[in-house]
Amino acid sequence: MEHLAIFALLRETFGEEKILEHVITGDEKKGWRDPFILVRTDALPEICLFLRDDPRTACEVLHCVSAVEWPEYFESVYHLRSMEHRHWAILKVRASKEDPRVPSVTSVWPAADWLERECYDLMGVVYEGHPNLKRILLDDAWEGHPLRKDYQMPTHEHLRELGF
Amino acid sequence: MGYLQGKFEENFIVTSVDSLFNWARLSSVWPMTFGLACCAIEMMHTGACRFDLDRFGMGVFRASPRQADLMIVAGTVTYKMARRIELLYHQMPDPKWVLAMGSCAIGGGPYHEFGYHVVKGVDLYIPVDVYVPGCPPRPETLLAGLIELQQKIRQDRTLRKKEAIIPPAQPASEAAAV
Repeated sequence: MEHLAIFALLRETFGEEKILEHVITGDEKKGWRDPFILVRTDALPEICLFLRDDPRTACEVLHCVSAVEWPEYFESVYHLRSMEHRHWAILKVRASKEDPRVPSVTSVWPAADWLERECYDLMGVVYEGHPNLKRILLDDAWEGHPLRKDYQMPTHEHLRELGF
Repeated sequence: MGYLQGKFEENFIVTSVDSLFNWARLSSVWPMTFGLACCAIEMMHTGACRFDLDRFGMGVFRASPRQADLMIVAGTVTYKMARRIELLYHQMPDPKWVLAMGSCAIGGGPYHEFGYHVVKGVDLYIPVDVYVPGCPPRPETLLAGLIELQQKIRQDRTLRKKEAIIPPAQPASEAAAV
């Protein structure tokens, strides 16, 4: 199924309230690339469940969860793959800059567990409903989330004080 | 050994305890299996048949710090790993040596400025005997560093007093022949 067709199917099922827009970059000459579907943040789990269970989409593989920091908001990106139909679906949700909270999709794909922990560790996006949301790469005693734009490099002396 | 040379029967060697100890130690420096990053690939290469670390008695990579004499810190040291390295170093029995391999272990390397999680040199945590620069160093470079380490072990003083005159270091080529 084409990415735009998946978007049309989701619009048909969930309506404009939850499926916000379909974005694609490029042009006729160079070709279209990087399509994604922007969805409402609180509707994410039910949309994911639909994409996984509906036989037309059957996105049973969650490839990657990543977080992006933009000047106005945080974004959480989900790359979904269907082995059966050999198509992709890319979902994006947005969260506020002050208190980034996104519902967890670990109940839909268990693979989301570590991916969401990584996003939490490095970008500080909180995945609500995650069974074990703690740091995965950095030490538990670490301060801050290093991939954020306003992150300050810790000095060696400061880290030694923290027990490193 | 001066005038004692040739004064005894055959197969009788006269030497000093220090020379004997140092010779034994430098001829069987057992490194610890310890790879942190891409430098470990070059370290494995050094141990394999083409460069053959066994020529120096160093090919016996031990999986336990209790049996190792040399810690080759091969790769990027992160702050999370630094405490483990410190612990492993303390678990090694004396006498022990440390070789910092590659730019990262020496001083943070390419992560020096913006690597928030990289220790700016493993010598901030454990004492280092030999630094081997390179990114990663080729096996020849590591071998040169290990020969330098042998030179250092040769000058160790177990029984001699601290005030003893340090013998001049032999050139590396001569040491390799021994």
